[in-house]
Amino acid sequence: MGTHARSPRGGGLNATGPGEKALRYVLLALMLALTVSPFLWQLSTSLKSLDEDIYSGTPSFLPEHPTLGNYAQVAETIPVWSYALNSLVVAAVVIAGNAVGATLAGYALAKLRFRGAKLLLGLFLATLVLPGEVTIVSQYVTIRGLGLADTLLGVALPGAIGMLNVLLMRTAFMAIPAEMDEAAVIDGATAWQRLLRIGLPNVRGMLSVITIFAFIGAWDDFLWPLIVLSDPENYTLTVGLQYLNGTFTANPRLIAAGTMISFVPIVIVFAALQRFFFRGVEEGAIKG
Amino acid sequence: MTHRRWFTPWLLVAPAAVWLLVFNVWPSLNTLVLAFTNAKPLGGGHFTGLANFSRALDDDQLADALLNSVVFMLVCLPLLTMLPLLLAVLVEKRLPGITFFRTAFYTPVVASAVVVAIIWGWVLDDRGLVNGLAQRLGVIAEPVPFLTDRWLLLFSAISLTIWKGLGYYMIIYLSALGNVRRELHEAAAVDGAGPVRRFWSVTVPGVRNTMLLVSVLVSVSALRVFSELYVLSNGTGGPGGRDMSLVMLIQLYSRGFTGHLGYASALSLLLLVVTIGPMLLLLRLSRKAA
Repeated sequence: MGTHARSPRGGGLNATGPGEKALRYVLLALMLALTVSPFLWQLSTSLKSLDEDIYSGTPSFLPEHPTLGNYAQVAETIPVWSYALNSLVVAAVVIAGNAVGATLAGYALAKLRFRGAKLLLGLFLATLVLPGEVTIVSQYVTIRGLGLADTLLGVALPGAIGMLNVLLMRTAFMAIPAEMDEAAVIDGATAWQRLLRIGLPNVRGMLSVITIFAFIGAWDDFLWPLIVLSDPENYTLTVGLQYLNGTFTANPRLIAAGTMISFVPIVIVFAALQRFFFRGVEEGAIKG
Repeated sequence: MTHRRWFTPWLLVAPAAVWLLVFNVWPSLNTLVLAFTNAKPLGGGHFTGLANFSRALDDDQLADALLNSVVFMLVCLPLLTMLPLLLAVLVEKRLPGITFFRTAFYTPVVASAVVVAIIWGWVLDDRGLVNGLAQRLGVIAEPVPFLTDRWLLLFSAISLTIWKGLGYYMIIYLSALGNVRRELHEAAAVDGAGPVRRFWSVTVPGVRNTMLLVSVLVSVSALRVFSELYVLSNGTGGPGGRDMSLVMLIQLYSRGFTGHLGYASALSLLLLVVTIGPMLLLLRLSRKAA
């Protein structure tokens, strides 16, 4: 992808001159510092012991005596591990719901003909122009009406089948050539068999993308659990961290340890699965 | 496609259709109804006509919130439309290690807004990294009140929104850059156009539609800002509650015993009105351009 060759000298237009290469790496390094240094600063704060002055005018990026004590101590201030577990439960419900619900509906909308399909598709599409915050109040009224206020199920349920995910799975199934399905129909395969044997193996890429984003979305969400949950026992990690940050004049080392407990898992998940994500980008899955 | 049992497709779409009705269609209609009532978290729910809307007209905090939204949008719009494009051009070339940089630049996007805002709150604190370093270097004598001044708090939230959004829009541009025809760049280079010239005359026109899309996304998400301001101000909305956003007001009125679900719903409709504006405007522009 040599779109910015500086000069035709030395190997034609697509080559990168050493000067340009160096300049690019310098800029990349600067951006890298700008993006990751706040996280590293927080990580460093979380590892600093009580004897170390974290307010000093000459902040040091490396802790003098690194300690994990803050991670143990933050759990004494707020039940941070049970908050993490709560977040995990919510994320698990959201992931399972989307993986199953969006796949089934996406398949039906893409590959099966039935009455009302067009209307249904139109409604799914229409929900996309509505920012979630607009309906959040009546969403809460619904959840309370179902007796699920202040429960983790109440937090997880509305997002357990995302309308956008249904549409994304539909797009993925549409890309499967019709001949493959027709051949299976002649062989007498039912819709379920076709979904399992022809559909699923061909949409694994999209399925992993919606799963990754279902996890990130559920794990990071703040406004909705903040509205639904009232008992500090039931908080998810984001709500619990804000509770820690806002309610206690706690030692910044403890808050830093808490934020790392939320941040590290998501970074590991994303780093482990980023190839699926960037492959999708290169293939133009996310089109402008 | 044929299938043996007529209800099979319905069985497959049933869960999603139930979610569509219960968690999308019904709440939308209910918002419309609640906005004209005095519904409270406990009881209430009588039709009160336009009372919520006339209350909104007199609500000083709402006026501040709308002003904050406009400022938020006006600052974010140019910066988050242009900076991520430059970043995408920077990471577009497949240099060794480029995947590492792309992943790193995307990290703030996958982090929770709460985590990011807590970190920035610590960096911008009176005794935090920025003030500490600046005082040490003698640039300032007193700490800059990033988090306790009405406008500085707003601009701190704006900076962190931009910082967190760069990677997100970078990826959208990166995907679009793949479709810009390389021959155009080559032809421009042969004609002696430098990198800056080619950026403006080849890259920018090539991703025009994506820029429109990004500017819509940026505007709408600026109008929806919540977590950044909430966490940086510890839920107070800053000095005198003047740094509330529209969504913060919705949250404020939707919970607790003092809540007012009817008024919160009226504010939700207001949010819909302000967000649908830029969406429709830019849709029209892009249709004209096409």
